[in-house]
Amino acid sequence: MQRIGVFVCHCGTNIAGTVDVKAVAEALGREPSVVYSTDYTYMCSESGQNLIKDTIVSKKLTGVVICSCSPRMHEATFRKAAASVGLNPYMVEIANIREQCSWIHKDKAEATEKAIILGRAAIAKVQLNTPLTAGESPVVKRALVIGGGIAGIQTALDVAEAGFEVDIVEKKATIGGKMTQIDKTFPTLDCAACILTPKMVDCAQNEKIKIYSYSEIESVTGFVGNFTVKIRKKARFVDETKCTGCGLCTEKCPVKKVPNEFNLGMDNRRAIYIPFAQAVPKVATIDANYCNMLKNGKCGVCSKVCTAGAIDYKQTDTIVEEKYGAIVAATGFNPIDVSQYGEYAYNQSKDVITSLEFERLTNAAGPTSGTLLRPSDGKHPHTIVFVQCVGSRCTPEKGKSYCSKICCMYTAKHAMLTREKYPDTDVYVFYIDVRTPGKNFDEFYRRAVEDYGVHYIKGAVGKVSPRADGTLDVQASDLIMGEQLHINADLVVLAAAIEPDKSARPLATMLTASMDTNDFFTEAHPKLRPVESPTAGVFLSGMCQGPKDIPETVSQASACAAKVIGLLAKDKLSCNPCVAHSNENMCNGCSQCANVCPYGAITYEEKEFRMPDRTTRIRRVASVNPAVCQGCGACTVTCPSGAMDLYGFSNRQIMSEVDAICK
Amino acid sequence: MDNSRKEQILRISGSDVRKCMRCGKCSATCPSYDEMEYHPHQFVYMVEQGNIEKLMESPSIFKCLTCFACVERCPRGVEPAKVVEAVRLEVIRQQGMNHLTADDLPGLLDDDLPGQALMTAMRKYAK
Repeated sequence: MQRIGVFVCHCGTNIAGTVDVKAVAEALGREPSVVYSTDYTYMCSESGQNLIKDTIVSKKLTGVVICSCSPRMHEATFRKAAASVGLNPYMVEIANIREQCSWIHKDKAEATEKAIILGRAAIAKVQLNTPLTAGESPVVKRALVIGGGIAGIQTALDVAEAGFEVDIVEKKATIGGKMTQIDKTFPTLDCAACILTPKMVDCAQNEKIKIYSYSEIESVTGFVGNFTVKIRKKARFVDETKCTGCGLCTEKCPVKKVPNEFNLGMDNRRAIYIPFAQAVPKVATIDANYCNMLKNGKCGVCSKVCTAGAIDYKQTDTIVEEKYGAIVAATGFNPIDVSQYGEYAYNQSKDVITSLEFERLTNAAGPTSGTLLRPSDGKHPHTIVFVQCVGSRCTPEKGKSYCSKICCMYTAKHAMLTREKYPDTDVYVFYIDVRTPGKNFDEFYRRAVEDYGVHYIKGAVGKVSPRADGTLDVQASDLIMGEQLHINADLVVLAAAIEPDKSARPLATMLTASMDTNDFFTEAHPKLRPVESPTAGVFLSGMCQGPKDIPETVSQASACAAKVIGLLAKDKLSCNPCVAHSNENMCNGCSQCANVCPYGAITYEEKEFRMPDRTTRIRRVASVNPAVCQGCGACTVTCPSGAMDLYGFSNRQIMSEVDAICK
Repeated sequence: MDNSRKEQILRISGSDVRKCMRCGKCSATCPSYDEMEYHPHQFVYMVEQGNIEKLMESPSIFKCLTCFACVERCPRGVEPAKVVEAVRLEVIRQQGMNHLTADDLPGLLDDDLPGQALMTAMRKYAK
């Protein structure tokens, strides 16, 4: 027979405002096995915890029920308190009477009744609780960073700095990400490449960092501290160890008309290419979609000119298997496809471009060597219209519901730099709001208006129409004047909304990490655990978690590294003891549990059993690896014979909770 | 866009209309708001755009009480009342708006009329 203590928390007025806590304590005090029941303003406070500890000792409690907030908030707090006075922490159960009761109800009588029922269910569960002991699992002292943009680079450098091995997996031929395509960075206007490339070189030179470029994640198994990851190294048909990055092959390759993705297709590259001068690793890659040798076996020029003998047309994808203690998602973002908004005529005119294309048109390594020229005729534009919020802040049917956050600032930057370099250019910015929170951000935007004379007009652009003379008629509203405007523009720049990279969703599935409806990774807690995924051992860095600019990305990347280091610094992790176990006598070896297990924790073994008639029989039965099992319970509900059960959440416990609720 | 006129108004008012962040506090504070066709924030905006003719033709310029509440309260120091005043002066000082010419003066001389009154009435406006 258990001796159970019940503690009902007021949570100030959070609970007590809607629930009659005294009545709850009194009612639960009458439940079987309950020897003590009380209420208190803040159970999580030190005095509240002391009340619990003292009562455990004085009343010789064997079980504790705390009616308070969600177990996600304070279960650990109360279990630690119980353990400190010698009660097994798994004898403590939480009845959530805040999130699931007081916060969602208005009627005090009904809420009180529900709180009593929830408390009763928790008591019924504790009746059947057994002490559990957490096992330990070792930590592989190596981190994996998925994505080699500025976020991944910063996290990797910081983790390596702390002395741990880090691997970066980057799907493109070089690390660097979107920042390599950006010309200048706000609000200080330093050159993006000048501040990024030293970090890329640091990654390449750091002996703790290994870069898998042109590689993708094939599969992830395991759990925090002990992930096993298969990495697909895509065939680049160039031996990375031999290639010196001289670039001769990229000059001699006869296939010249391959759209250059680094310049967003605004110029061409060869079928064998090095993405840009400062690429890391600086090795060539053959684009199999265009290479004549790979397509029809006729050419071989690159192989002939390569003095290092690095070209290998027979190279195939290889799979590397590695073990990691922590995984960082840093998969980044892309601008959305703006052609879905026909009103902006993006598909009709070459002179309607996106902001990222504008970056390339002003960058010295871009298609125009840094001179701002119209894509259509190569002439200087004299009137430029920037359109903000293209696809941002829409209903989900029309685009992205969120603010992409970076557009206001980069548009101010583009407008300012245009006026600086080409003072004869009229620059208009159409905005809905100008959002410039951040250090020196609003000052930056005001400089664009006051010092550089950029015309900011409140209102949206409704339609862009190409005209016969090659210019663009921009029809827009000026909300301050209450007028419709027509501007004769030479170039229209669209601030396209950003969206998470398409690779993030399949990766999240592999990592069993949760995502929101926009495909941004979800944090473990939006305020208090912003760089961790709810999945233990998975961390978030950069844009894959939500829109952010470079300073924020770098801060978050370093914060993420701190969390990774905190994990890798441990030698052992205590495991969750609430794991599945199989009753071998009931198991019929059907394999259904192994099929549904997302962690690969269930294996089958042939075992000898003594039968009632004293004969022996070999039977195939399920066996759970408790270090791998995460206690999700999928197997327990799948098992047709009821052989699978979960420690801490046994079928009997759950049913007795249900019974208590339905009583 | 009439830039010389805009320059003139900026010179007279001493106001930097580019500083305006379109918050509308000037119009929010204006006691003559209901009397005006164009409100203080529109004066600032239209001057910045060089759209000044409309302001000069509007009776709004004479509805401003010059109470300077907008100047006092503008968070960015744009001084809208001075912009309104400058537009008003631009109207008054238009070329050819002299009330009298020098040739008219002798015929108007009168012992009872102070000479200074005639000089004041003459007002030399020229660009």
